[in-house]
Amino acid sequence: MKIVVLMKQTFDTETRIALDSKGDIDSTGVNYVVNPYCEFAVEEALRIKEQFGAGEVVVVSVGPDRAESAIRKCLAMGADSGVLIDDPALKGGDEYTTALVLARVLEGMEYDLILGGLQAVDDGSAQVGSRVAELLNIPQVTIVTKLEISPGKAVATREIDDGMEIIEVPLPALFTAQQGLAEPRYPSMKGIMQAKKKPVQRLTLADIGIFVDQVGAGGARVKLETLDLPELRKAGKIVGGEPGDAAIEVVRLLCTEAKAV
Amino acid sequence: MAGILVFADQKNGKFRQVIFEMLGEGKKIAKHQGEELHAVVMGKDIGECSVSLAEAGAVKVYLIDNAQLETYTTDGFSKALAELINQEKPSLVLMAHNAVGKDLAPAVAQKLETGQISDVIGIDFENGVRFKRPIYAGKALAFVSFTGAASPGIVTFRPKFFEPAVRQAGQTAQVVSFATGVSASDIRQIVRDVISKASGRVELTEADIVVSGGRGMKSGENFKILGELADVLGAAVGATRAAVDEGWIETQYQVGQTGKVVSPTLYIACGISGAIQHLAGMSSSKYIVAINKDPEAEIFKVADYGIVADLFEVIPALTQEFKNVLSQRA
Repeated sequence: MKIVVLMKQTFDTETRIALDSKGDIDSTGVNYVVNPYCEFAVEEALRIKEQFGAGEVVVVSVGPDRAESAIRKCLAMGADSGVLIDDPALKGGDEYTTALVLARVLEGMEYDLILGGLQAVDDGSAQVGSRVAELLNIPQVTIVTKLEISPGKAVATREIDDGMEIIEVPLPALFTAQQGLAEPRYPSMKGIMQAKKKPVQRLTLADIGIFVDQVGAGGARVKLETLDLPELRKAGKIVGGEPGDAAIEVVRLLCTEAKAV
Repeated sequence: MAGILVFADQKNGKFRQVIFEMLGEGKKIAKHQGEELHAVVMGKDIGECSVSLAEAGAVKVYLIDNAQLETYTTDGFSKALAELINQEKPSLVLMAHNAVGKDLAPAVAQKLETGQISDVIGIDFENGVRFKRPIYAGKALAFVSFTGAASPGIVTFRPKFFEPAVRQAGQTAQVVSFATGVSASDIRQIVRDVISKASGRVELTEADIVVSGGRGMKSGENFKILGELADVLGAAVGATRAAVDEGWIETQYQVGQTGKVVSPTLYIACGISGAIQHLAGMSSSKYIVAINKDPEAEIFKVADYGIVADLFEVIPALTQEFKNVLSQRA
């Protein structure tokens, strides 16, 4: 079973976001992690490999130099190797250009299934996995909370708004992970030591035959104009008194002052 | 460029509230760009449902009625929708940022090699058309536009952020049947089963009021008192990741960074500390009420009204008082 996991490195979910003097996200002192949704995908890939008793898990990422540390984290969890596509010309790209790069790398690889996160916790657009499946012309199932793999096919449980769907697809196929698919393991000390020696291949656009003007801001379909910070909520009123009385007062405030009920 | 096209996802001929929110906002974009507002409905035997879309402002409703579209599949719906878009060339396609839209939009966008702006919560008409969307789980806001290479632009709308269209009874639309070339062999997803977990309550992302429980609930059994409060208010029940991880409630009820994002009028947080990952899922609620024993809990920093007390005393009292007030109104 050859499994490819698409992985993005993101800010730690605890990070407080600020803007720098140029109006960009201030990354000073930020702790980077494997995107939590991608971490579910890595864990699921490892479990499938273990279940089959043989196979290979390859982690593929598009990102800057620092993204190698996130790949190493996945290798420490048990993945076998990594591929990092890092090229300055990718700056200013969007989900379309990222998917283009990933699909090009995957075209040259063998795989039975591809796993990715439902979305990244930074830009939250939930697009890249689906786009890669379209580019590779393989079936996809998104928002997956359970996956059963048997030779040649997969049965995925997919979350929908009021329940779930059970969907069967032939392999190879792509799945995007929702929370609940697999709780990620912590890397063992041995895993961390081994990860240092596992191969991480570095690729540039030239290596994969993509022209600079196909990606980055020139190839992108969407453009980030400006960033802003949301207005912070202010602490309101603490309603004191006995619990029962406080409850009555809050109901009164909600009905008369806020008119929320 | 012809029109702003709203994908009106239907279930048994009915539309979710978010469809009318998109029609309301779509009408504004159409007016701004001097275009028409259109809608598309896909499914099998869907004849009658164009009426409510017309009343909500769609001047043309495309019906794609095909046996292969009886159940939603990524392949079937994305292929049929891409065919319509290729023929009609709308300038923008609007979809909901929910389970169907999240699945369908990027598949369609890639088939058309175009751009998608996801999870939009506002539109700025001052400088062209810029879409406002939360990034970093709502800790920052991005204003994003389509480049010249994006045709059409595909936008997914976060539910509950826009005013629904005002319906005008008697308003009609031109109804156009669109014949899709989708056949069984195009569809690689076989839907084995659809399990509805509808609790009888309104759905979390569509609810006006959400009653949510965290670690302070102490057990799954105790969620019953949240359910009682929710039922009095016609609310949905939510939970924190901690409560889900404890196994007290199922994952589908989780609100937060790795769960559902909700924007109700009222969010009642019970025994919730207010971890940043939870706030990411609910801080855009209009009003927040927090009930927690710990006066230092972070949740009080974002709550409009707080009660520092034992939730097991407060929640039944809230339920009783809401019952009293609402029965007097009725």
